[in-house]
Amino acid sequence: MRPTALAIGCASLATALVLSGCGSGTASGGKTKLSIGLFGNFGYAELLKEYESTHPDVEITDRTASYSDHHKNLAAHLATNSGAADVEAVDTGYINQFKATPDKFVDLNTKGGDQLKDRWLPWKWEGSLSKDGKQIGYGTDVGGLAICYRRDLLQNAGLPADREQVAALWPTWQDFMAAGKKFQEKAPEGVKWFDGGPTVLNAIVGQASVGYYDKSDKIVVGENKEIKAAWDLVVDGVQSGLSSKLLFSTPVWNTGFKQGQFATVTCPAWQMAKIKDQAGPEAAGKWDVTSVPGGGGNWGGSYLTVPKSGKNVDKAVELAAWLTAPEQQAKVFKSAGLLPSIPKLYEDPSIVDYKNPYFNDAPIGKLFTDAAKKLNPQYQGPKAGDIQTAIGNAMQRVEQGKQNGEDSWRQFVADVQK
Amino acid sequence: MALIDPPVVDRAARRHRWDTKFSPYAYVTPYFLIFGVFGLFPLLYTIWVSLQHRNLLDEGGARLVWFDNYAALLADPYFWNAMGNTLSLWLLTTVPQILFALGIAALLNRKVRTRTLFRMGVILPNITSVAAVTIIFAQLFGRDFGLVNWVLDLFGAGQIDWQAGTATSHIAIAVMVVWRWTGYHALIFLASMQAITPSLYEAATLDGANGWQQFWRITVPLLRPQIIFTTIIATTGNMRLLAEPLLFNPGAAAATGGSDRQFQTAALYLYEQGFTKYDFGYSSAIAVVLAIATIIVAGLGYLVTKRIQTE
Repeated sequence: MRPTALAIGCASLATALVLSGCGSGTASGGKTKLSIGLFGNFGYAELLKEYESTHPDVEITDRTASYSDHHKNLAAHLATNSGAADVEAVDTGYINQFKATPDKFVDLNTKGGDQLKDRWLPWKWEGSLSKDGKQIGYGTDVGGLAICYRRDLLQNAGLPADREQVAALWPTWQDFMAAGKKFQEKAPEGVKWFDGGPTVLNAIVGQASVGYYDKSDKIVVGENKEIKAAWDLVVDGVQSGLSSKLLFSTPVWNTGFKQGQFATVTCPAWQMAKIKDQAGPEAAGKWDVTSVPGGGGNWGGSYLTVPKSGKNVDKAVELAAWLTAPEQQAKVFKSAGLLPSIPKLYEDPSIVDYKNPYFNDAPIGKLFTDAAKKLNPQYQGPKAGDIQTAIGNAMQRVEQGKQNGEDSWRQFVADVQK
Repeated sequence: MALIDPPVVDRAARRHRWDTKFSPYAYVTPYFLIFGVFGLFPLLYTIWVSLQHRNLLDEGGARLVWFDNYAALLADPYFWNAMGNTLSLWLLTTVPQILFALGIAALLNRKVRTRTLFRMGVILPNITSVAAVTIIFAQLFGRDFGLVNWVLDLFGAGQIDWQAGTATSHIAIAVMVVWRWTGYHALIFLASMQAITPSLYEAATLDGANGWQQFWRITVPLLRPQIIFTTIIATTGNMRLLAEPLLFNPGAAAATGGSDRQFQTAALYLYEQGFTKYDFGYSSAIAVVLAIATIIVAGLGYLVTKRIQTE
């Protein structure tokens, strides 16, 4: 055991050395070195090169980590005031946690951010605004929300397959579940209406006027009738056998696409590429996209923040503002498919007229921008991410038959009040 | 000729004396320095952190709360749930590991063709990455398209949702651990078996003892020191299972070890508190209690295996 402990110790020592070597500073050639910390694919490779060529005094290094590693490391780096990059990306799922400690970041409102405010969707701007009015990040993309569905499966079950007709099937989530029950009567064995309870519940909760918190950061989900009604609706759907009982973003969920285990899935813009990868070329044209029940919605999207611990915060702010500017967001939409958070671009024909051939030429530019425009912003408290995990677990307990809806709800409410 | 300079002799002698006196300490210093930096310091620092309220997300920073974390821990039903799962998994992994390893070692100790190949083969699971093993096994134990369920279905046993149940999830995780570590223990047993003098078996054969009797009355008792050793090594490993339960249920809720924490081990609970809630004070308290529990369980394992006796 001892050699292992030693090896781990050396590895962490090496990491520490590398990290301290990663800090920003001024290079010998008089260039300002900037680092940018990202996760997944932001589509920034070309943009960073372009920035370097127009700003010869700046040299940029980017580090990309996995989604959860990136945010965990960022929290640790901020707490210790060392090791954070000059510009750090933060996802919607973590922005509430980080904006609870706004003093770790540069207040962009003091760096000219208040004048850029009108660029973004109002709820996107507010999403990264701290309680005391400090702006910790510039918005990059938004997810929007739609429903992706299998044309062939709906048709075989006697439901319409055409986009507009399908949307007419489900103006509300109650209608969505009713359509599901009709579908299930004629569905082949092993094929269910939706992928999993937690995913659907998440979309409905996102549309509620009040979510897990009230505006004073008190957890109110236990008394929130709207959320409880959503819970009961999904529990009923699960118990009526509409759920494939697959947990979002797990290997079995990926397999579910390949095997065609479910007919619908709630779908943000960035998920399109995922579906295409998982379902593969043989499912081309089988998938289609239509609007989400209950109006608008959003799932995901990110921000660029500037930690205060950086040595060149002014140049870092400049870079973050440039990367999130309308011209750059339009380029990212074309190269990586990420939906801009800039409403002005939603009139841009290259975005609004964009059709995805894999999804039966669905006008995804229009669908997702409509959803993003219609979204009623919901106040998110600091631990919204933890509560989302807990309610997902609670729904899974019902799916697995471990508890009935009422018991599981009670356990969930007790869990989050701890 | 009195050319020898007495002070020089003196100095040389002194240097020799110092050399024999102090150089052994110099030789062992690197070990103690490294142990101090990477072993002792983290241990003491963990105890220190466990006495503090220390959450990375709190603006206020850390403050000393003495035993508040421990008091909260002892009243925390999720902690006791995790300790229960830890003990259950310890039992389900350690006992089969030792028994299978003894059996495999006994088989490999025979004169079989290409036995070096077999002996090398049993260690292969141990050198594969734990993450890769877990991801593959999670697929094998999949609900809808898992190989295990497919085989069970052939025998009419139906489909099992391995992750959903407490017992089923523990069995699935135990299989991964046993598969990975049995070969390692088998090689330790094999090395000792080869050192047992053949005359003992010859004498036993003359007395009319069959193979089974020889195994239990000669081989196992003579392997007692190795069985004690492997039990303690396996206990320290199996009481801290983290990667297997974490990766068995990937996704956003991985750290809770199942929808109802049905396979959340103490180490995974520590991870959840420390690395998803950033509560390092509480997390360190779990680490300290888990370390104490591990010592107690290893002691129990020692007491049980010590009773193996030659008759």
